[in-house]
Amino acid sequence: MRLRNPLVLAAGILGTGAQLLARVAENGAGMVTTKSCGPSPREGHPNPTVLDWGHGLINAVGLANPGVDEGVKIIARAKEILEPLGLPLAASIFAETVKGFAQVARKIADAQPDFIELNISCPNVSHEFGRPFACDAGDAARVTGAVKEVTSIPIIVKLSPNVTDIALIARSVEQAGADAIAAINTLGPGMIIDIYSGQPVLANRVGGVSGPAIRPVAVRCVYDIYEAVEIPIIGIGGVGDGRDALEMVMAGATAVGVGSAVRYGGLEVFQTILEEMRAFMVEEGHTNLNQLRGIAHR
Amino acid sequence: MLPRPMRIAQITQEAIRVKTFTLAGELVADPGQFVMVWLPRVDEKPFSLVSDDPLTLTVAKVGPFSARLHELKVGDRLWIRGPLGRGFNIAGQRPLLVGGGYGVAPLAFLASRATEVSHKVAVVGAATKDDLFFEARLAASGCEVVVVTEDCSAGEGGLCTDVAEALLTEQHFDGVYACGPEAMLDKAEELCRQHGIPGQLSKEAHMRCGMGVCGSCQRDGLLVCRDGPVFDLEPETSQSASQS
Repeated sequence: MRLRNPLVLAAGILGTGAQLLARVAENGAGMVTTKSCGPSPREGHPNPTVLDWGHGLINAVGLANPGVDEGVKIIARAKEILEPLGLPLAASIFAETVKGFAQVARKIADAQPDFIELNISCPNVSHEFGRPFACDAGDAARVTGAVKEVTSIPIIVKLSPNVTDIALIARSVEQAGADAIAAINTLGPGMIIDIYSGQPVLANRVGGVSGPAIRPVAVRCVYDIYEAVEIPIIGIGGVGDGRDALEMVMAGATAVGVGSAVRYGGLEVFQTILEEMRAFMVEEGHTNLNQLRGIAHR
Repeated sequence: MLPRPMRIAQITQEAIRVKTFTLAGELVADPGQFVMVWLPRVDEKPFSLVSDDPLTLTVAKVGPFSARLHELKVGDRLWIRGPLGRGFNIAGQRPLLVGGGYGVAPLAFLASRATEVSHKVAVVGAATKDDLFFEARLAASGCEVVVVTEDCSAGEGGLCTDVAEALLTEQHFDGVYACGPEAMLDKAEELCRQHGIPGQLSKEAHMRCGMGVCGSCQRDGLLVCRDGPVFDLEPETSQSASQS
């Protein structure tokens, strides 16, 4: 699988409809990821669900999604638009159980996404789902293995930064058959309290932290994972410009996810990041991004 | 941009289910832009503005959240995130404003800003005379106001788009600015096409982030919160837009 460029629309950002995904592609993304889809429709958490707290975003959308039966239709429609453009699509899925992951994967495979991304790292549903699978090497491997058993579509596993040793989890999912790793999901959960009402602002009280503030954590996670695995890494977390994207590549990322940056730069942010990356490469005399991958380790 | 607390300075009953909340503070906003209003432990929902200085919201009691807003008293607080989205922008000199139901609210703000426009007509539609509001406010902003009610209890009988259609046939306008229920906006769009004039339509959708990130409000690939809520309808491109 080759991407026309290394930028990937991260899961949970704008991936709610086929035409919207196509629009992101038109704006320069090399690959798009759909919003996580689960076994059945979910309303998600009540508002407020997403806030800009000044140094990034905090969200607890709560895995709102139309359910896999509707999700598979959205993905099929998106594929119809993206396939002729040669643009791959990753379908993000979640479930409460290992078996549930396999069931959703089997259904979503009907829409023939280019990748299935396993969202085992959402930090906003722990009161319902318990500790995310991404927080335990054994759980993470079991989910990966169960999905590998039911589909031949390549699997991306999205990891959580909220662990003591992300490299350990990464190695575990690689051994279980993961074809790539996406890292990181949101940090935390965190909390923002309104000091006038004395109340947490998010209705869910806590939410995942993303955006510029978490980038150093994301870069360190990608760096640690690169040391531990051979499979490609999609580096995600606070990337907002060409410098940030190159930093991810130097930490070891093969592709770079863009999410919260859409809040600051709109859909044009993909083009801007690509242009800045190209300008840097020309200026510094680099001809191939592969030569920069992981250079921070050398 | 975290929600900013603002106190209510004044509350005016506008119609049977409609109250205007004038807040002690201002924003810099365009007509048609919106704010997310948060009440702790209740909910957060989008509302268009009636004025940005002082910040003024007109709220119809249509559900649990607006019912809670209607219980608030002068001196109570509500919390505001915004202004958000893209608003109206009057391009010509002969605008036709069409407001259906609570859609009249942002049009009042628009009219108050369009002071240099020579000839502006506002069609104000409501179900009954008890639901009507802002006729006087629009007239005070220099609009020629035509009132229309579905039950014929005030002004002309019928829908605001029926009156708009007649006006567009009788007179020349260089733009339609509409806000109201979906079926009304569809009709307004059709009228713009028929008469070959540009339109700006303010749409509604379920919103979460309000800043173009979560995708909750997307419709046919457009984000109501960031690309809208006011969408341009150009005579040339309107057809291709509907096909995309």
